[in-house]
Amino acid sequence: MSRYLLRRFGFLLLTLLLTSLVVFTITQWLPGDVCRVILGREVGENALDACRQELGLDRPLPFQYFTWLGRLLSGDWGVSFSTRSLIFPLVMDRLRNSLMLALVTLVISVPLAVSLGVIAGLNENKPVDGTISVFSLAVVGLPEFVTGIVLIQIFSFGLRQRGLPALPASSALPPDASFLEALPMLILPALTGMLVLLAYVARMTRAGVIEELKRPYVRTAVLKGLPRGTVIFKHVLRNALLPTITVIAISFGWLISGLVVIENVFNYPGLGRLLVFAIDRRDLPLIQAVTMLTVLGFALANLAADLLYALLNPQIRFG
Amino acid sequence: MITPVLQIENLTVAYRRGGEWLEAVREVSFHVHAGETFGLVGESGSGKTTLVLAVMRYLGENGVVKAGGITLAGRDLLALNPVEMEKIWGKQIALVPQNPGSSLNPSMRIGEQLAEVLRHHFAMDAAEANQHALDWCERVHLPDPDRVANSYPHQVSAGMQQRVLIATALCTEPGLLILDEPTSSLDVTTQAVILDLVRELIRGRQTAVLYVTHNLGVVAQVCDRVGVLYAGEFVEQASARELFSQPLHPYTQGMLASVPLLGKTKERVHLRAIPGQIPPLGELPGGCVFRPRCQLAVQICETRPPLYVSSPDRIVRCHRWAEIQKGQVGDWQLPAVSKMSEPAEDEHRRLVLNLDALQVHYPRHRSLQEALLRQPARKVSAVRGVSLAIPQGRTVGLVGESGSGKTSLARAIMGLTVRSSGSIALLEMPLPISLSQRDLATLRRLQMVFQNPEEALNPYLTVGETLRRPLITLLGRSRAEADREVADLLHAVRLPVSCAARLPGQLSGGELQRIAIARAFASNPVLLVCDEPVSALDVSVQAAILDLLLELQVESGSSLLLISHDLAVVGYLADKIAVIYLGHLMEVAQATDLFRPPYHPYTEALLSAIPLIDPTAGQRPIRLAGDIPSPTEMPSGCPFHTRCPRFLGEICEKETPPWREVATTGKRYYCHIPEDDLRAAQERPPVFGRSLTR
Repeated sequence: MSRYLLRRFGFLLLTLLLTSLVVFTITQWLPGDVCRVILGREVGENALDACRQELGLDRPLPFQYFTWLGRLLSGDWGVSFSTRSLIFPLVMDRLRNSLMLALVTLVISVPLAVSLGVIAGLNENKPVDGTISVFSLAVVGLPEFVTGIVLIQIFSFGLRQRGLPALPASSALPPDASFLEALPMLILPALTGMLVLLAYVARMTRAGVIEELKRPYVRTAVLKGLPRGTVIFKHVLRNALLPTITVIAISFGWLISGLVVIENVFNYPGLGRLLVFAIDRRDLPLIQAVTMLTVLGFALANLAADLLYALLNPQIRFG
Repeated sequence: MITPVLQIENLTVAYRRGGEWLEAVREVSFHVHAGETFGLVGESGSGKTTLVLAVMRYLGENGVVKAGGITLAGRDLLALNPVEMEKIWGKQIALVPQNPGSSLNPSMRIGEQLAEVLRHHFAMDAAEANQHALDWCERVHLPDPDRVANSYPHQVSAGMQQRVLIATALCTEPGLLILDEPTSSLDVTTQAVILDLVRELIRGRQTAVLYVTHNLGVVAQVCDRVGVLYAGEFVEQASARELFSQPLHPYTQGMLASVPLLGKTKERVHLRAIPGQIPPLGELPGGCVFRPRCQLAVQICETRPPLYVSSPDRIVRCHRWAEIQKGQVGDWQLPAVSKMSEPAEDEHRRLVLNLDALQVHYPRHRSLQEALLRQPARKVSAVRGVSLAIPQGRTVGLVGESGSGKTSLARAIMGLTVRSSGSIALLEMPLPISLSQRDLATLRRLQMVFQNPEEALNPYLTVGETLRRPLITLLGRSRAEADREVADLLHAVRLPVSCAARLPGQLSGGELQRIAIARAFASNPVLLVCDEPVSALDVSVQAAILDLLLELQVESGSSLLLISHDLAVVGYLADKIAVIYLGHLMEVAQATDLFRPPYHPYTEALLSAIPLIDPTAGQRPIRLAGDIPSPTEMPSGCPFHTRCPRFLGEICEKETPPWREVATTGKRYYCHIPEDDLRAAQERPPVFGRSLTR
């Protein structure tokens, strides 16, 4: 077990190192001169040279890479070209917002998706199963900007027109909003995210349940005379949900940085929108920072998935 | 009259497949009394699993009882709904399933899997149920019950898993115990202790036992009465004693004549296979279901035979049973005389294969703790210094249980696994270690037949393409020449030439193994390695494959290395037999001598563990303690000393035994006990009765 954990952790470090190398190389290859971007077109060669010297761009590439990596690790992420402010606090603020949204989305979607999946799996090829499959697939087929706008129409404008308490249409959080203050603004984007996750998690759960139901130990449990509920909750689900748990952990990585469209529809200040903003402005240091953070998020989510799987599966825990 | 515990009357069970109902079990009647063990024998496709599931009311959604009745202790089971069945399952009917490994929940501790039954059926509280679960672990002789109860299923051996399932089934003292092939996936020495355990636990209890198996030996040793199922019908029902001394149905006779018996070598008898195979459900013949394969079939067999009552409590479904009983037809008891000529002396034969001190190790990863403590990596020793010679035209059998290293040995010879040390010589030329270093001529001379033909043949190549490949690549034939030879090969393995156009999925297991054999013989090899060639096949098909191997070998003059866990199969086909345990040879003897004392204590235990197909034969029970040690923790001294029933003491633990040779027969065995002592101790052979002499 400890060996397994150590290996997984080693893979995580290796992944991060490789991505850092890729991110660094790509920014080297991008056309254009960083100093020209910073100083503008009208500047003379002397000023450019001074700038390059200041940023260390005249040093050999490996040296530049390790300096950059060192700064990244120590939290010195530099200054954004476009906003002229420190990157680290900016990114951390957005990360906090993204984590809040991700958490709320998971809390809403996981119980629903898993229940639907279990119900579908237990009723394989029956009308209930068909209805759940068609419904969840239809929803996942719709793009987020459509489902998001429909949700705004219903729960924000629709409710307000009838004079009922409504949810806010825009989720532009004020800076330093507490979780409780933010919660009403999180619900609609989280619901939109849920509609994306729902089909994925539900289908995974359904497949897990169907596969486990066929295993001989389920027959043993039934023929012991245990009631159906005990067989399903105590025997089947424990094994059937293992792959689902992994999927949920991995999707956490996507929720943190992949919600670009949803964040745009709801005007939500998350990491995804920050990345779009940075790309728009060709803000290299900001792009690097957000990309590295995204990769870290995905890698950690994967690690968490592996750990959870090992923890819940005695065949690995006592391998 | 006493009501039987289980009464089945005229039961017909059908499955829906593709819109039509196929009757998998037809008009089956039998009963099991309290304290009685009823055996249900049949090959795959005979309907025995369907019958068991129907009795348990667990047929699934596409299965239905079309006619007949099932009564449990006077109660009509077919009238109960699933919720009512929950009170019967586990309490009144309990099942011990076939595959212990997959029949236990992998993520639940063993003790809990036992305790939940007790809590549910007896409304015990947690503490009481746990205590009872521990008691039952002890009662099924699990070593260290506390530890086992706290373990997960994958942490204990298959034999121990099966003990747990037996405890789970018996802990509620059910009236009916169903054992569905409980030992089929276990080694023969483990099977013996599990059968002992079952007998011990049901003795004195008034449990009715329904024992389902394909193994005639197990039936003979365990059951009081037997029903023989063929293609969904009972062909014969009798007491075990009567059935095995005078089988009345040609199918039963055929099965008994086709099973290799301990000590019967190819020089003395010739196995007689039943031609053909069990018909698939949709294509049952009219009249008697066995007619297409029956050698006694006559005109009248085209009408369906009724169940004739030949004597009280004995039923047979054959028109000609009376003639068979009088001995007018059917000569199953006369051993067919072998076509084999008397063996010549081995000394004059060239050695086709010579293994010298062959070792195969697999590296094993160190645990983190070991790595930190800088302990050297332990290795898994699969084969430890095996020396063995195969003379030209001879068959050498290698017998061992699972984990004995027999497959690693075969793979090292083939070059599929790289050997760690030692040498292999083919026709007195040293053989390169790995497959990629061997030339075409070597590949041509060395061929292999695998255990499972369904997995060994490429499912997307037609039989013709499969057979053509070695002809073209190894022998350099042109396509036209190869096509002609494919026809010859199919003819040699008794298959129609039309088979060449078929895909493996369209053929039965027996036919596929014939094709695998044809493929192996295509390049005219000097040595053919057969790894468990018949163990995936049904009993009535096995004999045909063994005879085919024998014939092809005599014709081609090839040598055979026959690897099997089945001592009777090896004993039938081999000239010389080597017994392997934990990667170490224990005994090497001529096939005829292996079954005569003195034997190595391990061979003795193996012989004693095999259930004989003869209820009257006596067997001295020699049982091995515990499980085969893990190959990472090799015992010091003699590898067998941890389980040896003839353990001497310190010498066995500390010193590696010498190879001793029996002067009269040339038998060699690896043991500290000298020949005379061993002979004296084994004066009473582990197997006696007529099986060895008949």
